Amino acid sequence: MRLSDNAEEILEYLWRMNNEMDKEVVNWEELKEDKDAPEIKELLDLKYISVSDDGIRLRDDGLKEAEKTVRRHRLAERLMVDVFDLKESLVEDTACRFEHLLRREVQDSICTLLGHPNYCPHHKPIPPGRCCRKAERVVKPIVIRSTELEKGSKGIVAFLHIQNSNKLQKLMAMGILPGIQIEIVQKFPSYVFKVGQTYIALDKEMARAVLVRKSDDG
Amino acid sequence: MNTRTKRKEASCHGTTDEIIAGSKRVILVGNPNVGKSVVFGNLTGNYVTVSNYPGTTVEVTRGNGRIEEKNIGIIDTPGMYSFLPITEEESVARAILLNEDSDAVIHVADAKSLERTLHLTLQLMETGLPLILNLNLMDEADRLGIKIDLEKLQSKLGIPVVATIATENKGMDNLRRAIINIPKKSDKIFRYDATIEPAITKITRLIRGNYRISNRALALLLLQDDPEINDLLEKEENKAAIDKIVEETKKFFSEPLNYLITIQRQKIINEIVKESTIAVRPERVGFRERLSRIMMSPITGLPFLLLVMYGLYEFVGVFGAQVAVDYLEKTIFGNYINPYVTKIVTMIIPWKILQDLFVNDYGIITLGVRYAIAIIMPIVATFFIAFSIIEDTGYLPRLAMLIDRVFKKIGLNGRAVIPVVLGFGCDTMATMVTRTLETRKEKVIATLLLALAIPCSAQLGVILVLLSGNIDMLWIFAGVMALVFMLVGFLASKIIPGESPLFYMEVPPLRWPKLSNVFTKTYTRVEWYFKEVLPLFILASVFIWIGKITKLFDLAVDLLSYPTSWIGLPKEAATAFLFGFFRRDFGAAGLYDLKNEGLLTGVPLLVSIVTIALFMPCIAQFSITIKERGWKMALGMAAFIFPFAFLVGFLVNLVLTTLGVTL
Ligand SMILES: Nc1nc2c(ncn2[C@@H]2O[C@H](COP(=O)(O)OP(=O)(O)OP(=O)(O)O)[C@@H](O)[C@H]2O)c(=O)[nH]1
Repeated sequence: MRLSDNAEEILEYLWRMNNEMDKEVVNWEELKEDKDAPEIKELLDLKYISVSDDGIRLRDDGLKEAEKTVRRHRLAERLMVDVFDLKESLVEDTACRFEHLLRREVQDSICTLLGHPNYCPHHKPIPPGRCCRKAERVVKPIVIRSTELEKGSKGIVAFLHIQNSNKLQKLMAMGILPGIQIEIVQKFPSYVFKVGQTYIALDKEMARAVLVRKSDDG
Repeated sequence: MNTRTKRKEASCHGTTDEIIAGSKRVILVGNPNVGKSVVFGNLTGNYVTVSNYPGTTVEVTRGNGRIEEKNIGIIDTPGMYSFLPITEEESVARAILLNEDSDAVIHVADAKSLERTLHLTLQLMETGLPLILNLNLMDEADRLGIKIDLEKLQSKLGIPVVATIATENKGMDNLRRAIINIPKKSDKIFRYDATIEPAITKITRLIRGNYRISNRALALLLLQDDPEINDLLEKEENKAAIDKIVEETKKFFSEPLNYLITIQRQKIINEIVKESTIAVRPERVGFRERLSRIMMSPITGLPFLLLVMYGLYEFVGVFGAQVAVDYLEKTIFGNYINPYVTKIVTMIIPWKILQDLFVNDYGIITLGVRYAIAIIMPIVATFFIAFSIIEDTGYLPRLAMLIDRVFKKIGLNGRAVIPVVLGFGCDTMATMVTRTLETRKEKVIATLLLALAIPCSAQLGVILVLLSGNIDMLWIFAGVMALVFMLVGFLASKIIPGESPLFYMEVPPLRWPKLSNVFTKTYTRVEWYFKEVLPLFILASVFIWIGKITKLFDLAVDLLSYPTSWIGLPKEAATAFLFGFFRRDFGAAGLYDLKNEGLLTGVPLLVSIVTIALFMPCIAQFSITIKERGWKMALGMAAFIFPFAFLVGFLVNLVLTTLGVTL
């Protein structure tokens, strides 16, 4: 069964209080919730929380579930910032809505895509998932900005991330397209990519718009 | 590289020939820097600017060639990467295809990068125009070990494919034969995905009018939001219905349609390339590649740049400005022409005043012509030789990438190296080249900096002689100029509104410059220079003559002597400054005389050199600025530059005297 969005928010809040404020019991005023709100009932039924007059506390199962929710939220934030290049101010809101849509399988793929990050964009820890533990050795993200590739390494263009269509066309005109292999010849003072037999010089802003999958032989 | 010179060059060599009526017509298109201009030259026997720098051809050039006793009209177009244009040059090239009759289109392509080049081939095939694919630069592909199965490629594309090495004239006969056998249009159609195809079909059905390119090509361009095609069809067609289809198709995807279409085309191309490439030798880093990396890496690139600059100095500053000038001026003019002409003029014209117009200190011949031929020509010619060599090796794009970060600080990008480096040759020519920059902001900043802080070769020649033997002065001079360049650029980039430029550029392979090309290019440039400049020299001599006899000059010199003395200079320097208003190098040369008379040494000499160097270059440059940027901007710049030059002179004087520096 899926938790309702509001119930997830509550779990998340309790988890943060618990882990980041060292507060095991959160009182009702702080939570701004009614004692007999449907979400509370939902969580009680699942034995995720216990309530008393002082307030509300997470039970063991609830703690586990809450951790997953927080993880989804922070992964969503990273996705927004790293891949979608969203402005920080927009991230919070979008991530909030996005986290509820993430399933566990998707969440692990996103985590892998992002390279099992440890921190959210606000530098708060992201609780590790199963995929992270499994992939302890493979810490490199799958899709990264080309600017993060090392000099001399190769990558396959995954996609171009640009809002401005004029800029997009320029990159495409240079032959930088999804599926094409690029080699980073130089990173300073400007970026130089080798695309096929052609060399292309780009400034950092243009280069950042190219997202690549690292190729093995690089 | 630049439109105006190009037009001039073209007209004096007859390359803008009208195509003889009734001839078959062929249009050359292709990515920048793949050898279109060389192919054009081979087919027509006419020279057009060839250089190893993307975007050299900005204008359309026409010519006539003969194949099997028949006349063929050939049209050379600016380089384009895609049939969906981004830059002005690409628009120009496409407009030719949209608006002109042609019997065949030749796509000149880089055989080394089939993957990239086929995008344009496929797009051109979609237009339904009869097409020949000319794989040029086969020697370079060979060197990289790339072998292409031409037969296979030909059958995959359904159009004739001809391999050439244009610079060695190899394969040109095959190309001629392909032209004379006027190709049929290909019957191959490459299909896009199940959402885009139906949209194309629907749009093609709606198009009623007759256009030079196929409805399928038009539909594809409409789907990709091509503003020019939208305008073209606005009146004739049921645009509302078409727009609706476009909008609906867009809704299917979260990404722009041009992105999706290009990606799908890439898939088709990968297939074709895979099947028609026979072998690619595993790469090894060759000499060229190593040299190229030396030029581009900051650690080795900077010393390399200094080396290039040193070479330039030896060739232009020492050989051109000293050895050649000395010989021409002292020996040829000093010993022969001047005394001889003076003798004749004094013989025929009895009046001293009229004599002065032609000879003596400021006469047309003894001053105007002597300056132009004995001082300016050797300097400018040696500079253009050096510049052409550097241009043809392909060093400039590498310099552009090295310097991009620095230029970003002053609101420009790496691409601006071309006008800036050219400015050291001739600011007037460089100001025209600023039109190749992308945004208005860049154009304005580049024009301002050229007018203010880039001394041209004529002036540098004189300045180097003035400063010769005093290394300290030379360094302070260079430092002050660099500081002004950066500071004014930085402030201008903050003040002038507009977007900051992005930098992206293809870096062409290093190539050996061809001597004949270097000389033809130098010749056309020097010729242009003289056509543009010699009349102004003569005019200046006349002005000075009139100014002298009307005493207007004395008045102006009096006025100017105030700011001159404020910056700590002797009164006599005012005369030099007055001439400096006409041409900076005139002014600098005036200082030269003062120095020789011992009136100007040490700090005041340096101060006056800095001040004059910051002046606007010359009347020619000013008139080009008006043409390119408009009256208001040009006058505004002048109003800023002259007082600013004095201000900088004042500050330099202040700092040096306060610090008690003696030079
Ligand atoms: N090695 C080699 N160099 C070539 C060949 N064809 C042209 N070049 C060189 O390639 C450079 C570019 O030639 P251009 O003819 O100026 O190229 P373009 O296509 O007209 O270039 P744009 O004017 O920029 O559009 C020059 O340095 C030529 O000398 C060739 O077949 N082999």
